Amino acid sequence: MSSPTLALPTAAPAPSRLADWTTMIGRCLRVSRRNPEAIIISLALPIMLMLLFVYLFGGAINTGTAYVTYVVPGVLLLCAGFGCSITAQTVSHDLNTGVIDRFRSMDVSGAALLAGHVVASLARNVVATTLVLVVAFLIGFRPNAGLADWLAAGGILLLFMLMMSWLAAAVGLLTKSPEGAGGFTFFVSFLPYPSSAFVPVHTMPSWIQGFAENQPITPVIESLRALLLGLPVGSHPLHAILWCVGLLAVSIWLSGVLFRRRTG
Amino acid sequence: MAQPLAVEARGLEKSYGDLTVLAGVDLTVHSGTVYGLLGPNGAGKTTTVRILTTLLRPDGGQARVAGFDIERERKSLRRNITLTGQYAAVDELQTGEENLIMMGRLRGLPRPDARRRAGELLERFDLTEAGRRRASTYSGGMRRRLDLAAGLVVPPSVIFLDEPTTGLDLRSRQGMWQVIGDLVSTGVTVFLTTQYLEEADQLADRIGVIDGGKLVAEGTSAELKSQVADARLDLTLADRATYDHLHRTLDDRVVHTDPARLVLGVPTDGSARHVRALLDEIDPNRSQVNKFGLHNATLDDVFLALTGHPAEPSHDEEKEPAGV
Ligand SMILES: Nc1ncnc2c1ncn2[C@@H]1O[C@H](COP(=O)(O)OP(=O)(O)OP(=O)(O)O)[C@@H](O)[C@H]1O
Ligand SMILES: [Mg+2]
Repeated sequence: MSSPTLALPTAAPAPSRLADWTTMIGRCLRVSRRNPEAIIISLALPIMLMLLFVYLFGGAINTGTAYVTYVVPGVLLLCAGFGCSITAQTVSHDLNTGVIDRFRSMDVSGAALLAGHVVASLARNVVATTLVLVVAFLIGFRPNAGLADWLAAGGILLLFMLMMSWLAAAVGLLTKSPEGAGGFTFFVSFLPYPSSAFVPVHTMPSWIQGFAENQPITPVIESLRALLLGLPVGSHPLHAILWCVGLLAVSIWLSGVLFRRRTG
Repeated sequence: MAQPLAVEARGLEKSYGDLTVLAGVDLTVHSGTVYGLLGPNGAGKTTTVRILTTLLRPDGGQARVAGFDIERERKSLRRNITLTGQYAAVDELQTGEENLIMMGRLRGLPRPDARRRAGELLERFDLTEAGRRRASTYSGGMRRRLDLAAGLVVPPSVIFLDEPTTGLDLRSRQGMWQVIGDLVSTGVTVFLTTQYLEEADQLADRIGVIDGGKLVAEGTSAELKSQVADARLDLTLADRATYDHLHRTLDDRVVHTDPARLVLGVPTDGSARHVRALLDEIDPNRSQVNKFGLHNATLDDVFLALTGHPAEPSHDEEKEPAGV
């Protein structure tokens, strides 16, 4: 084909990719702030569950400590899970509106777009889990942890939330509609039950114990619990980190594959 | 040297499974002109735009846009075009101003420049007051204008507008026409798609009619109109029997029928001589034709003549352009 087109000017300055990342992160943080309903929903359910477990069932469950202290790590994870299901929905929303075509036609990378969602997801989760902790303190949560323990627990929780956020992004890319992506909520609300989140595993039927002992939530919860209560942590943090890093790698890889598939 | 070409496409093909959407489309758009791709629902307009803007790879054919190859020079191409798609691409939870600043940043403007540019665009698109409100509070027309402004933060060399007025009421549509008309005076090339003949007629220097995955006609609005007769003589007949009889005897020459009103249309050049001759020929006894009317060819007639079906969707079929 002939190309008699040299005369056309190059219109835009070469864009800096770093600005794409910061701009997309700024976008998602701003949009999150304007949608407080989302955070409230992801907070309300875990807090209600915590109250329910502590005041209704707590008396009947013997965990060796005050039940509220036992249950807080599980509630934190549940809260993070609900927060991430919003991420699945916002990612799905972007992919189902004209927004994605515009960003792609501007050469914004999928990585920058998804990173915006993931960072906003982490920010929402940090706010929500902090609020859950405040409520927990108000109803009698009394951890026994030094600064190093708190930092370690925070780090593991953050890693878990990062992993869940990327997993949610993958779910958002996989589902055809934001409503479908909301189904992630169901998945995350189910996972903590067959774990040591609410009751000790040894009280469960033996056929569930095998699953509960070995699913990724359990080492995360056990690590948080041991760190916050000043108990020996054993190999739980190692297992927790391996699980989270592994699932994080899979989720990021899956997101990349799905993004390319969705956007041809 | 030939005029620089803004869009040059040869033999574009695209299928989804068994469905052939584009079956060899050629396009040539000169720089600084407005090209209108006209076609009914599902004709392949969006598919064509997505291929030309590098969002979709064609199964066959090649194209250059703003001088860059759609396959090999995607990055440079993307930097020189903007796309305002069929479905609004603004963040409802951001204000109009924030949306525009974001676009400026993504186009590589430093923050102060992006802010200044956003202000200019809001003013130019009559959104200054609305600029500080969230886009979720905007009317359909305002949203479309914001969407268009978002494509102009850094002046591109080719602007793609996919159905810029579908779903807008008449007033907003005319407002958009004004805005798009003004764009052209800045020297940019506009490639727009539309289902509305009137819109193509109003805005486009050249029009391509796409139907069934092929370009069935191409030219200026005047050239297209001349592909059918300049004018049509509509005859209102005395009764049903006459109508049926003439419909049969004139056969191929009938280009318009309206059985309910007993009207048949035949082509004419519109001159008094020709009209008189036609009337004498068709109604020698001066008893069969009650009334006649002269109808100047519109793009509708062109469309009907070229594709065998009318172009405009009925109004209740129109869908809202906004995304969910
Ligand atoms: N991803 C896809 N998978 C399968 N079929 C598709 C896909 N995208 C488009 N099509 C089909 O291709 C045809 C042309 O679609 P296209 O969107 O290009 O039409 P259009 O001219 O833009 O129509 P409209 O006026 O409704 O926007 C339609 O029949 C559509 O259903
Ligand atoms: Mg379309």
